[in-house]
Amino acid sequence: MHAGGIGSWNVGDHDGRIDAEFAALPLRNLADAALANARALGADHADFRVERVRGQRIALSDGKLESLFDADDSGLAVRVIVNGTWGFAATVDLTPEAAREAARHAVEVAKVAAAMNTERIDLAPEPAYGDVTWVSAYEVDPFAVSPREKVDLLAGWSAGLLAHPAVSHADASVYQVKECKFYTDGSTTTTQQRVRLHPELTATAVTETGFDDMRTLAPPAGRGWEYLTGTGWDFPGELAELPELLAAKLKAPSVEAGRYDLVVDPSNLWLTIHESIGHATELDRALGYEAAYAGTSFATLDKLNSLQYGSPVMNVTADRTAVHGLATVGYDDEGVAAQSWRLIRDGVLVGYQLDRRMAQLKGFGRSNGCAFADSPGHMPLQRMANVSLEAAANGPNTAELIAGVDDGIYVLGDKSWSIDMQRYNFQFTGQRFFRIRSGRLDGQLRDVAYQATTTDFWNSMEAVGGPQTYVLGGAFNCGKGQPGQVAPVSHGAPAALFRQVRILNTAEEGK
Amino acid sequence: MSTNEPAGATPQDTVERALAAARRGTETVVIADESSTANLRWAGNTLTTNGVAATRSLTVISIDRRVDGTAGVGVVARSGVTPGQIEDIVREAEKAAAESSAAEDAADLVHGDDASQSGSSWSAPASATDFSVFRSFATQLGETLRAAEAAGRKLYGFAEHGVTATFVGTSAGVRARYDQPTGRLELNAKSADLSRSAWGGAASRDFSDVDVAALDAGLAERLSWQSRRLDLPAGRYETLLPPTAVSDMLTYLYWSAGARDASEGRTVFSKPGGGTRVGERLSPLALDLFSDPAYPGLECAPFVIAHASGRDSSVFDNGLAAPRASWISAGTLSALHSSRYSAGLAGLPAAPAVDNLILTAPGAEASLDQMIASTERGLLLTCLWYIRLVDPQTLLLTGLTRDGVYLIEGGEVAGVVNNFRFNESPVGMLSRVIEVGATEKTLPREWGDYFNRAAMPPLRVEAFNMSSVSQAS
Repeated sequence: MHAGGIGSWNVGDHDGRIDAEFAALPLRNLADAALANARALGADHADFRVERVRGQRIALSDGKLESLFDADDSGLAVRVIVNGTWGFAATVDLTPEAAREAARHAVEVAKVAAAMNTERIDLAPEPAYGDVTWVSAYEVDPFAVSPREKVDLLAGWSAGLLAHPAVSHADASVYQVKECKFYTDGSTTTTQQRVRLHPELTATAVTETGFDDMRTLAPPAGRGWEYLTGTGWDFPGELAELPELLAAKLKAPSVEAGRYDLVVDPSNLWLTIHESIGHATELDRALGYEAAYAGTSFATLDKLNSLQYGSPVMNVTADRTAVHGLATVGYDDEGVAAQSWRLIRDGVLVGYQLDRRMAQLKGFGRSNGCAFADSPGHMPLQRMANVSLEAAANGPNTAELIAGVDDGIYVLGDKSWSIDMQRYNFQFTGQRFFRIRSGRLDGQLRDVAYQATTTDFWNSMEAVGGPQTYVLGGAFNCGKGQPGQVAPVSHGAPAALFRQVRILNTAEEGK
Repeated sequence: MSTNEPAGATPQDTVERALAAARRGTETVVIADESSTANLRWAGNTLTTNGVAATRSLTVISIDRRVDGTAGVGVVARSGVTPGQIEDIVREAEKAAAESSAAEDAADLVHGDDASQSGSSWSAPASATDFSVFRSFATQLGETLRAAEAAGRKLYGFAEHGVTATFVGTSAGVRARYDQPTGRLELNAKSADLSRSAWGGAASRDFSDVDVAALDAGLAERLSWQSRRLDLPAGRYETLLPPTAVSDMLTYLYWSAGARDASEGRTVFSKPGGGTRVGERLSPLALDLFSDPAYPGLECAPFVIAHASGRDSSVFDNGLAAPRASWISAGTLSALHSSRYSAGLAGLPAAPAVDNLILTAPGAEASLDQMIASTERGLLLTCLWYIRLVDPQTLLLTGLTRDGVYLIEGGEVAGVVNNFRFNESPVGMLSRVIEVGATEKTLPREWGDYFNRAAMPPLRVEAFNMSSVSQAS
């Protein structure tokens, strides 16, 4: 298997790219011990995971090292179904004895829990794939790069920001993760490795009357250290522009609240997609399984194939296959092969995100591979695929979209976000807002937030940009479930034009 | 990672072995954490997921003092460490320290004689939990789920109990340990058609004080209040915030009350032109906002546990006493939390953050029911949700009301109204508090995952900004 490029599948070949320490673990012996004991104790289904998730966070304040933390989360987990009830147990000890004991605990938990369970757990069938290996697309393992080299890079960028008179403070950080995961249910055995990076640089201006800041638009990505050295994003180019953009923002007028046409850049739109489409099309939410915590969804199952979610130019795809996508895998945490499918076609809701339990429960036939656990200590949940708004094949570029607006605002970068528990009412801010007058940009605005109801917003989308405007955004920290879990996920989007969206003045809101 | 060795060592042994493994002349901080959790989750009157998990982690912080007076710091944390792996991790931390750039917060380690020691014996075994903590609760929950089904209500919720035993040892002689139990019950009741919804929650150290049937009975009453539905427009309303909603607003205020950012001019607690707003009046009422590791029922570590440095935390402070701290005294901002380093930058006394938060007002004894009875016209909230920062200059937060907003007229509940999106600052809110009730332990609905220990009163706030209507129900 090659280094870099498209994520790769190999059958039964641990080809050297899987972390050496992880590959050296007696994974199959541990699995055998756990699965044999689970079956002997009466489990109808049992699956087993070993994970090592290694993270390193480096943070600099004004070019000085504030924090460098390198930690891992290792362990094994056994999930069982006993007479139709889940049981789950996890431990950090990677020994056959601990694996057997975890299986025993999981079965015990299932038996205790059975008294409270009235809904039998069944899983949708999935083909057996044998013993397979998958590694995400990256070139340079960030954990093979010295911390000094990383700090020096961030310190140099910070110094560049601080050299501008408008910049009072520069904060720089990069979070790097290498996730190694082994799964088996006896039919499918997967060994997978993913690498991801989240760099952020923020310039802050402090004046006599207050302060403001501006952050890079660079998204987190399923890439290696090469992401910070010229592959996939032009950091020097973006950082060179940041101080002047911040200086201009300080002088910008405060927005007048009202309704405006918006051209929304993918650096902002990814988060709106995440909140108002991604979570809303999770079937477990739509069915009420997250009702007490993350919430439910207005996009209930009875509206499948009929809900006019958005305008006819709206087409949304879910996938776990996008190259460099943060939710991209070879197989999910239930042994389901990665897939790509439509959620919204021509503005109409046509699909959901599923795990094997949800797929079986509502007769979808097969899971589309959305099971994920963020650590060995957690049970897999139905988690979000990469959910992306499709570009128009021959669609306009951003300038052409802006040219179609007489009186509006161009929105870039994500900042504040919030949406209600049924995914109706949302409010977003951003990093940069430019006034559009007569089809041209006319300086920045301050204190802007846009607020809408999901279906009103997406039905107001008049045009989507072409592939040349498409960018894969995303986040490391999508939260869901109890116990709380975080998942990395990407969202692709082109630039898009929305008509007559409500704009708030956040300074006025705070008075 | 080797897996052939038994887990074996106690956390105390692990700390001592790691300190002993450090190269002569180096300074080292070692933190051993032993955690165990058990959880139950249910939806639509049936169990959904459950589980138990145990974790063990070792954090080694190595300090490389240099001739120029600076120090490099290497922090390596690993889970599931066996005795045979300890020395490798120490070496890894030492290597990271030697290769590291100078740490900005470098300082002397806290000396063992000066450190706060917890009440627990250093040598006692680490506390733990398992599924048996739910033994009586699970029976009660099963009965409550069946009763709700028979009564036409749907119950959703989550129960979790965890214990983390933390052992801190340093080459400067600190030996401090703390066993932190944390538990919570969240219960959401809905009408059979899901059109009505009510929520209640409780924090608990051991689940012996949790009464799920009583909590359900309270929610059934709230659902009955929702038989009459009224629509209200967005606007500013006199609003009664129950303790959980107050805790969510003030937890965000607490998290935003760091000394460093304030002194650098970039928070709501910065004084325009320089300095901080410490000493400035924030509320016309004599409110006291404080943290106290000995507060009954909300006990937490009385010393600093810092796995990594941050804006207002420093690995050099491990073991430093973290005593009661008053953040707002009689309505006036009195302190900002800090490490020794960030306190020095801010020119303020060091005030380590403490893992609980309490709001009180002298003489405030009214219950929420009494405050409802004395309301001419106003809104009563259940809880707040999806709270996010909009504008750090004013600490403007946005979020949603959830699981029941009630219109109070003439001292009685007139009916349930639609949900709202709010845009409010907790700092601005404190300036508009017009009545304070009796403080009680509460569970922050939004932040309870991360911040479990709070005691708050209900508050009556003037002109709470409901920015728009949410269709969610």
